[in-house]
Amino acid sequence: MTLISLQNVAIEFPLYHFGARSLKKRLLARLKTDDSNRIVVAALRDLNIEIRSGERVGLVGHNGAGKSTLLRTMAGIYAPVAGRLEVQGSIGSLIDPSAGIDPEGTGIENIRLHCLYRGLEREATDAFIEEVSAFSGLGEFLDVPVRGYSAGMSVRLSFAMATAMTPEVLLMDEWFLAGDADFMATAEARMTSLVGGAKILVLASHDHNILRRWCSRIIRLDRGRIVADGPVEDVLGPAAMPQAVA
Amino acid sequence: MLDQPIPSPPGTASPHRVFDAQQPERLSRAFADIREGVERWRLAWALARSDIRNRYRGSVLGPLWLTLSTAIMLLAMGFLYSRLFKLELANYLPWLAVSLILWNMISQVVGEACTCLTSAEGVVQRFPLPYSLYAIRSVMRNMLIAAHNLPLIAIVLLIFGVAPGWGLLLLPFGLLLFTINALSVSLLLGMICARFRDVGPIMGSIVQIAFFVTPIIWKPELIGEHSALLLLNPFHAVLESLRAPIIEHGGNAYAWLSACIYTLILAGISGAFFVRFRDRLAFWV
Repeated sequence: MTLISLQNVAIEFPLYHFGARSLKKRLLARLKTDDSNRIVVAALRDLNIEIRSGERVGLVGHNGAGKSTLLRTMAGIYAPVAGRLEVQGSIGSLIDPSAGIDPEGTGIENIRLHCLYRGLEREATDAFIEEVSAFSGLGEFLDVPVRGYSAGMSVRLSFAMATAMTPEVLLMDEWFLAGDADFMATAEARMTSLVGGAKILVLASHDHNILRRWCSRIIRLDRGRIVADGPVEDVLGPAAMPQAVA
Repeated sequence: MLDQPIPSPPGTASPHRVFDAQQPERLSRAFADIREGVERWRLAWALARSDIRNRYRGSVLGPLWLTLSTAIMLLAMGFLYSRLFKLELANYLPWLAVSLILWNMISQVVGEACTCLTSAEGVVQRFPLPYSLYAIRSVMRNMLIAAHNLPLIAIVLLIFGVAPGWGLLLLPFGLLLFTINALSVSLLLGMICARFRDVGPIMGSIVQIAFFVTPIIWKPELIGEHSALLLLNPFHAVLESLRAPIIEHGGNAYAWLSACIYTLILAGISGAFFVRFRDRLAFWV
């Protein structure tokens, strides 16, 4: 049973490298001092979310509302200061495409490194390399250091690596759906099958078209709190106009 | 089937992760971190290799430049200081070669321990990897670089006909102590330097001072009855556990005892910090 469950989860970012006083003057609502008198930003506050197998959840909210932080918390990068977090299922996070890419290494070396990051066994690594080489269509450029790639080539490599395996829980930032039209045309089918294969999708995006298309449930965050959680129509309102989506 | 991602392998149990801030179970998760870091040594090895490659990118000799500069330094210092200390070259140079090369490795490990987590910021914030992995990567990288100087030790010992003898059997134990110390110090300083950015430069000065107060260019005999005080110097203890098997026929029992005690203390402090602050690291780097 694939599951993500958060109970009263809170994440606070300590601000160590700033002057405490000047920040205090600003008196921002989200700044407070914790027990040991440090300035912290409450990035997520008292979140209660339960996502079950089959759900397609979209996260919306302004910049800094906590969408990316929530994705990273689900991915196991940030430990909550309060509350309980439970995740059942293998996680695939499409959060930052360029993370872990070594620009000095060749395409193939980077694919191997990526396999090690994922902890793949030898046979799985071979299959992975084959898959990524074929999908990226980089051909002999795979033997060239990534530093020499054009922007489009880097995107193709990162995308091919990030989407080569279907996880049970797919955590995605909108970057992965916001490529240029040319690229999206090739990526489209793969994205669909990746999302279709995952048991849970959590997608952070500003783009309502994308959210309406991929999601069945929307959670709206504001300043680290949930302000709305429900079916797409209830949170985003009825679709304005049926239009072709790239 | 270009558009079909590989499905998740069937039959593998899906991981289950629970974190409760009320019962953080820090100890067991810290141990799990270290175990996983060791299990994934191939990733640490690949990262250490690519670190070295990137550092010497485009250079003809690569890390062998280090060997060359060490060789020149040994020649220059060997002749000068054997005169200053009025020691036979055949007596002094093997000592200097072994000491200096081992010291370079120790000071590199300590120096780069400070940046082992902060330099991996991009990865730490994006992949939930064990933190111990970054310490292992830093230690592997520096041991690999130091290995480029091993031929120098062999050449000097051969030229001056110094045979290590049975004491060499203690070398694996010395290496074990060194490795434990190196990993502990990398984890500890990596954490502290992520939190307090001033500690890196401070450690630089400490290592500089340690170079002069540790018998590296001078021999312990030169300070006569005060040489017992050297047991208070942890750098000396660790250096000695590698040096004694090579050129001092195993060294003395007190030095080994102090090396073991320092190792336990350092590993203890480092472990305690790691257990306590591991959850905060993602926010620090």
